[in-house]
Amino acid sequence: MTSSLRLRAGLVSIVLLVAFLGIWHLAVRSTAPVATMSPEYAKLMGLTATQGKSAMPGPFDVGAKLWEHLQRPFYDNGPNDKGLGIQLAYSIARVGTGYLLAVLVAIPLGFLIGTSPLLSKALDPFIQVLKPISPLAWMPLALYTIKDSSISAIFVIFICSIWPMLLNTVFGVASVRKEWINVARTLEVGTLRRAFTVILPAAAPTILTGMRISIGIAWLVIVAAEMLVGGTGIGYFVWNEWNNLSITNVIIAILLIGIVGMLLDQILARFTRMVTFPE
Amino acid sequence: MSTFDNPFDPDRKLQAGCACGQHQTAAEHEQATALRCDPVESEEKRYESVVASAVMRAMFPQDAARRAFLKSVGASTALAALSQFFPLQTATEVFAQTGTPEKKDLKVGFIPITCATPIIMAAPLGFYAKHGLNVEVVKTAGWAVIRDKTINKEYDAAHMLAPMPIAISLGLGANAIPFAVPAIENINGQGIVLATKHKDKRDPKDWKGLKFAIPFDYSMHNYLLRYYLAEHGLDPDTDVQLRSVPPPEMVANLRADNIDGFLAPDNICQRAIYDGVGFMHLLSKEIWDGHPCCSFAASREFITTAPNSFAALTRAIVDATAYASKAENRKQIAEAIAPANYINAPVTVLEQVLTGTYADGLGGVKTDAKRVDFDPFPWQSFAVWMLTQMKRWGQIKGDVDYKAVAEQVYLATDTRKLMTEMGLTPPAGSYKSFAVMGRNFDPAKPEDYLASFKIRKAS
Repeated sequence: MTSSLRLRAGLVSIVLLVAFLGIWHLAVRSTAPVATMSPEYAKLMGLTATQGKSAMPGPFDVGAKLWEHLQRPFYDNGPNDKGLGIQLAYSIARVGTGYLLAVLVAIPLGFLIGTSPLLSKALDPFIQVLKPISPLAWMPLALYTIKDSSISAIFVIFICSIWPMLLNTVFGVASVRKEWINVARTLEVGTLRRAFTVILPAAAPTILTGMRISIGIAWLVIVAAEMLVGGTGIGYFVWNEWNNLSITNVIIAILLIGIVGMLLDQILARFTRMVTFPE
Repeated sequence: MSTFDNPFDPDRKLQAGCACGQHQTAAEHEQATALRCDPVESEEKRYESVVASAVMRAMFPQDAARRAFLKSVGASTALAALSQFFPLQTATEVFAQTGTPEKKDLKVGFIPITCATPIIMAAPLGFYAKHGLNVEVVKTAGWAVIRDKTINKEYDAAHMLAPMPIAISLGLGANAIPFAVPAIENINGQGIVLATKHKDKRDPKDWKGLKFAIPFDYSMHNYLLRYYLAEHGLDPDTDVQLRSVPPPEMVANLRADNIDGFLAPDNICQRAIYDGVGFMHLLSKEIWDGHPCCSFAASREFITTAPNSFAALTRAIVDATAYASKAENRKQIAEAIAPANYINAPVTVLEQVLTGTYADGLGGVKTDAKRVDFDPFPWQSFAVWMLTQMKRWGQIKGDVDYKAVAEQVYLATDTRKLMTEMGLTPPAGSYKSFAVMGRNFDPAKPEDYLASFKIRKAS
């Protein structure tokens, strides 16, 4: 029964995809009336103007271009023109660094705040104010103080991924069932041992959920940050192609950003499943 | 004096008229031939001719005597005779010895527009390498970012809008950090583009309520558009909307009908036409022929810590600018700077901008060889003009020491020395008057000039 459900869902997915591509293909067919112009003039003009070609590329244009990129994902034509593979690697490295730094700060800090009601109350107003700030709003400040654009981008990733992890850790640690802590206490387990053997496993699913939210946000933000600072990365690629008004390449980048984002999310989801426990 | 003044030419006119005889005065000739520098095959060749010229001039201080000598023996014999008893070879070697750069690996930021042509092309065409530098040219997302990255020393030098180094040095829109301009990137090369639907609205008096885009507040584009509108009786602050929009987004915004037009750097103007969304209303050269647009800028700190690197960079830029100023090189340049690593635009578009034969967006093909041109000399009068406009539109409040700022930021004296060493003949003065839409500008009287405008921001 489940396998037939999966089969049917797959079929529906494919039908939706084909319908989407079909509508897309039809929608961007050249429809605009073509003005008559002298051949000399036409030679100086783009296809949009001469053949009434839509400014939006069709699925076949995108497919062909994607194939071209996949043929050579790691080329390097100097500092401003690198293959998609290299650009993605740069972005993933930035996200990875900023994210790991955030993990290193958020989880111990969350642990501390979660176990101490005093700290929790004292720090709460700060966290509440800092949390809703759009990460990109930090960018000018980061550029100004850090004076290095790639470190600034990492800082922005750090600052945006820290909050969900911190709050989830606090919440997870604070809501460990009292009975378990009391049992540990009656058995005279030391503080450190209690933290690692009782609280951490109990709070792990909540913490991992926070980490999963964070990686999603970090990946969202890196694209925007790289568009701002330029240089390398998939966000820079989008900006560079936008500069050339190459919508085809922008669509390809969007597709790749989606796929990488999904993969990152899936990895974290797998980790979450590993630490969940039945109550 | 013309740049290519050759003392071995016995027919060069001395005083009245100009060297080529086609112009009324030497000044006019100079304007017409400004920087038709020949790319010299090798640096030694150039130095050789500089040294030979200097020796020739020293031996015959009297022009008449020199001419008589040249007429009687011919230039090549004269040169041969000269090298017989003067060690030209040694002198050239001594002369060519410039200090070794303190720092060879440099980073130079640029914005992908044709204004940056000399900065960009110097990489693929080897001008940086020729002057002993290993320069990485880095594409940057916007003017504010290029400013911050240069201030943060991520870039050693950068492509900036001509008013930006002045604004940074004065601390407008940023902390005051002394910057300097050793060379102007390009002159002319901008345009006012309107959406195709406005093709019957060619009179600026009908433009009330329209929305225009400019690339940055501290830009020649801003000042020129405001000037143009004000000359037609529109107050740019109240009658129209001016928005700062990054150039690549201008075409998309024009297509989406968010703006009615823009005064933008080229390849963006031509790109809007190429994509069939707008037409060329006016080239910026019709507002002010020979106006500066973008500059090559570096911080004072870089100049003092690495003077030889800075000099080599400036030499490379001046050299590239000279090469770009020749019409026959323009097609090659368009191909060199079009790839994704540099401007990332269709070659046709760049060719139309650089060669000056372009589609106007209304079905006609126009030709204007000076649509964009290249002349590196940083006239201090340009800086004074920009300061008057900054004050006119309220970007600067209070008194301005025009001359002091201009001389601090625009390094006319140093560039002149450098150009002379390179065998070019830069202009003798650092100030010149010019006309913007028929109104004369005298750099000696900026306050009077400012007072002559009826439309300005009330201070």
